[in-house]
Amino acid sequence: MDEHRVRTLYRVAAALLALLALTVGLSYLDLGSAGFAIALAVAAVKAMLVGWFFMELEEGVPAVWFMAGAALVWLGLLVSGTLADLFTRL
Amino acid sequence: MSAEAADSPFTDPVQQREAARIGMWAFLGTEVMFFGALFLTYFYDRHLYPDGWVAASKHTDLLLGSLNTGLLLVSSLTMALAVEAAKARRPDAAAKRLLATMGMGAVFLVFKGLEYAEHIRDGLWPGESFHFEPASLSRPGELFYYLYFTMTGLHALHMLAGVVWLSALVIASRRGAARGFDTHVEVAGLYWHFIDVVWIFLFPMFYLVRGH
Repeated sequence: MDEHRVRTLYRVAAALLALLALTVGLSYLDLGSAGFAIALAVAAVKAMLVGWFFMELEEGVPAVWFMAGAALVWLGLLVSGTLADLFTRL
Repeated sequence: MSAEAADSPFTDPVQQREAARIGMWAFLGTEVMFFGALFLTYFYDRHLYPDGWVAASKHTDLLLGSLNTGLLLVSSLTMALAVEAAKARRPDAAAKRLLATMGMGAVFLVFKGLEYAEHIRDGLWPGESFHFEPASLSRPGELFYYLYFTMTGLHALHMLAGVVWLSALVIASRRGAARGFDTHVEVAGLYWHFIDVVWIFLFPMFYLVRGH
C-alpha cells in the first residue's frame, strides 16, 4: 500500500477527532449566539477534510471536481433563493 | 497496471475508474439536494424560533451523540484504508477493514436506537402525546424534534444501506475479488464518507445549539 497515503489518512482522522473534542468542549462555554456559528464552522472544516482527503478530491480529477462543485452550486441556489425570501419579507 | 483490461465500453481501466467515480459523485449531488432541502428547512425554522431551538437541543443526549460522531469519523478512516488495501490488490486486508467499518456503522445504529427509545420515553416523539418543558416553547420544540427524527432517521437509513452494501463487498472479496473490485470498494467509500459528512453537520445542528 502507499505508505505516504496511509500516514496521511491516519493524520486526517486524528485531526477530525481533535476537532470533535474541540467542538464538544466549546459547547460547554457560554459563547452566546456565536457558539452555534463556531460549531457549524468546525463542522465545515471537518467536512472539507473528509472531502479533500478521504473522498480523494485532492487527486484533482477535473470531472470529479465539476460534479462536486455542481452539487454545491445547486445547493447554493436552493438556499439563497429561500433565504432571500425569508430575510426580505418583513 | 497497463496490462489490465477494461470492461466495454471503456478503453482503459483508468478511464473506467474515473467514470465510476463521476457517476457516484453525480448521485451524491442528488443526495446533497435531497438532504439540502431538509437542512434548509431546519435553518429556516431555527431563524424563526431561536429560543425554542436552544431549549429543544438541551433534551438531546450529547454523550451518545458525541460517541456516535467519533465512531463515524473512525469508520471513515477504516473505509479509506479498505480502499487503499483494495487498490494494492489485497482483498483480504480490504475485507477486514470493511468489516471494521460495518461494525462501527452497526454500533452507531444501535446507539441511535437507544437514543430514540430515550426520547420517546421522555415524550419527545412529535404528535398528540408530545410533552416538552418549558411548555411555552412546546410548539417550536415539537418542530425541532420532527426535524430531528426525520433527518437523523433518513441518515440512519442511509447508514443501513451502506452497511448492507459493504457486506456485499466483503462477500465478493471472499469469492476472490473479481476485476474491478478496487473500483467497487472506492465507490462505496465515496458513499460512506458522504454519509459521514451529513452526520458531521447534523451533530452540531441537533446537539450543540445549547449556548445562548
